[in-house]
Amino acid sequence: MGMTLVQKILARASGRPSVAVGEVVEPAVDLAMSHENAALVLNQFLEIYKGTGLWPQIWNPSRIAIIFDHRVPAESSKTATNQKKVREFVSQQGIQKFHDIRGDQGGICHQILPENGYVRPGYVVVGTDSHTTTHGALGAFAFGIGATEMASVWALGTVLNVEVPETIKVYVHGQLPKYVTAKDLILHLIGKISAQGANFKVIEFHGDTIRRMPTSGRLVLCNMSVEAGATAGIVPPDDETVAYLRNEAGIKEDIQLIYPDPDASYCDAVDVDASTLLPQLACPHTVDNVVAVREKEGTRIDQIVIGSCTNGRYDDLAAAARILKGKKISPQVRMLVFPASWRIYRRIAREGILDDLVNAGAVIMNPGCGCCLGVHQGALADEDVALSTTNRNFLGRMGNPKSQVFLCSPEVAAASALTGVITDPGRSLTA
Amino acid sequence: MIPKSKGSPGTGKVVFKLGDNVSTDAIYPGRFMATVLSSETPQYAFADYQEFNCRLRNQEIPQGSVVAAGSNFGCGSSREQAVSALKGHGLIIIARGFARIFLQNAVNLGLPLYVCPELEAEIGDELKIKSDQVLNTRTHKSYPLEPLPAARGAIIAAGGLIPYTRARLMNNSRHEN
Repeated sequence: MGMTLVQKILARASGRPSVAVGEVVEPAVDLAMSHENAALVLNQFLEIYKGTGLWPQIWNPSRIAIIFDHRVPAESSKTATNQKKVREFVSQQGIQKFHDIRGDQGGICHQILPENGYVRPGYVVVGTDSHTTTHGALGAFAFGIGATEMASVWALGTVLNVEVPETIKVYVHGQLPKYVTAKDLILHLIGKISAQGANFKVIEFHGDTIRRMPTSGRLVLCNMSVEAGATAGIVPPDDETVAYLRNEAGIKEDIQLIYPDPDASYCDAVDVDASTLLPQLACPHTVDNVVAVREKEGTRIDQIVIGSCTNGRYDDLAAAARILKGKKISPQVRMLVFPASWRIYRRIAREGILDDLVNAGAVIMNPGCGCCLGVHQGALADEDVALSTTNRNFLGRMGNPKSQVFLCSPEVAAASALTGVITDPGRSLTA
Repeated sequence: MIPKSKGSPGTGKVVFKLGDNVSTDAIYPGRFMATVLSSETPQYAFADYQEFNCRLRNQEIPQGSVVAAGSNFGCGSSREQAVSALKGHGLIIIARGFARIFLQNAVNLGLPLYVCPELEAEIGDELKIKSDQVLNTRTHKSYPLEPLPAARGAIIAAGGLIPYTRARLMNNSRHEN
């Protein structure tokens, strides 16, 4: 029987000709990523070595990436001290793929990895962050793990006891309508299969809509696959993947492409007609509480957030700027923009997009995750309503359990910024 | 504490009841993520459920008490603090289902948890945890337990991932890639 893409990746990484669903394997890790929680990984890593008489040494420093993004610049002395400890460890172990708080190379881990060419098709990527699923957009098997599990990876170079997961095949066909994006597609899918519909499974994306989709959109699909509970999301690599890795990530050497077998076996199949989709909205307080934006039009908003590892890429900010250019954000709302990396920040500055956003009334923040997870920058007041292009709307997610968070695309966020209430861009901008 | 799995009997009183899709943001809010050590995380367990958090901090909840939850418990962020915070209070988690990363973290750190897809329990109920089922002593109803994923067994048997990996390291089974 044929294998799914993740089965093929796991077979290669475990040195076997094939693997079957449910088998337990120990794949070699191609890239292991952590952010500020490297401080906890480090603590657990040293714990593993205690009493062994061995010197704590990472199995292969060239396969470790550490990116500071969750609380940057440090929001507290505690974070600053932990960042300092990690910095010292990075230098002591000779870790090269380290991105500190710097305008020339910093940003959010799930943008830094792709744009620096750290992820390739066929890789096994683990990260101490649930949105590590993002990297499936480049044809890698990428999944989130806890800090102790990462400490074990640092020591051994493999992930212990991985059960080969089942895969759901999602087939998307048709042209996405104007103002309907990858974000709307994934919100629709999560609403359809629920926040636990893909628990312990992989989502493999297929169809002509996906083939036409730029990598920026595929990153959104895989990023949010975890919100359906998926272990990973994955897009089989194609010409677009290679073009991204060559042009954006600057990879010169050969790129090996690995595909699912045509006769692979899937546990479920979901068909989505993209041409019929409307802009989508995830309502408080679960990501699968999804409706068409037009059902909630007119809902008051206090703060709009555009950015994050989900929708802070160049294409997202450019789309928002096209809607906001020459106009003014409603005086009722505050709008914060978090570019996903400093490379993106520099590009929007160069191309005048930053000016368009700021002149409309937006505040451009430094790349980082803090606002999305309610730990740093952009806190919400009691009873505040946020409309955000981020990935989670759980109760208290943005730091205040007395606030509400709605999730949407950058286009919906920008159109709503102009009116101060939730707005369907397809209706407000084309009328 | 040695992690318990299916097969470790005991009795616990339900002290907290939760529905489906309880995220790690609800278990351990993101604003406390700068705190990482298991000696410090328990103070923030269920921080936004202020009353329960207060009782935990005042040590009014005995060790071995049960949190009964719906499906997809621990969804969202991979933050391991959500597990170490609960473990620090000696809580047992019985849920209709768990999210993958939380379940894995719990096994790795030795937080006792049980998958009980049909569980019905109210606060105050005494639950008898048997090898393959949970008995609610108030209603006299039993609910089957689902085994944890097979791949986790060896880690539980070793007493958690740290001793398991340590043993592997001593056997010199490091990967060369």
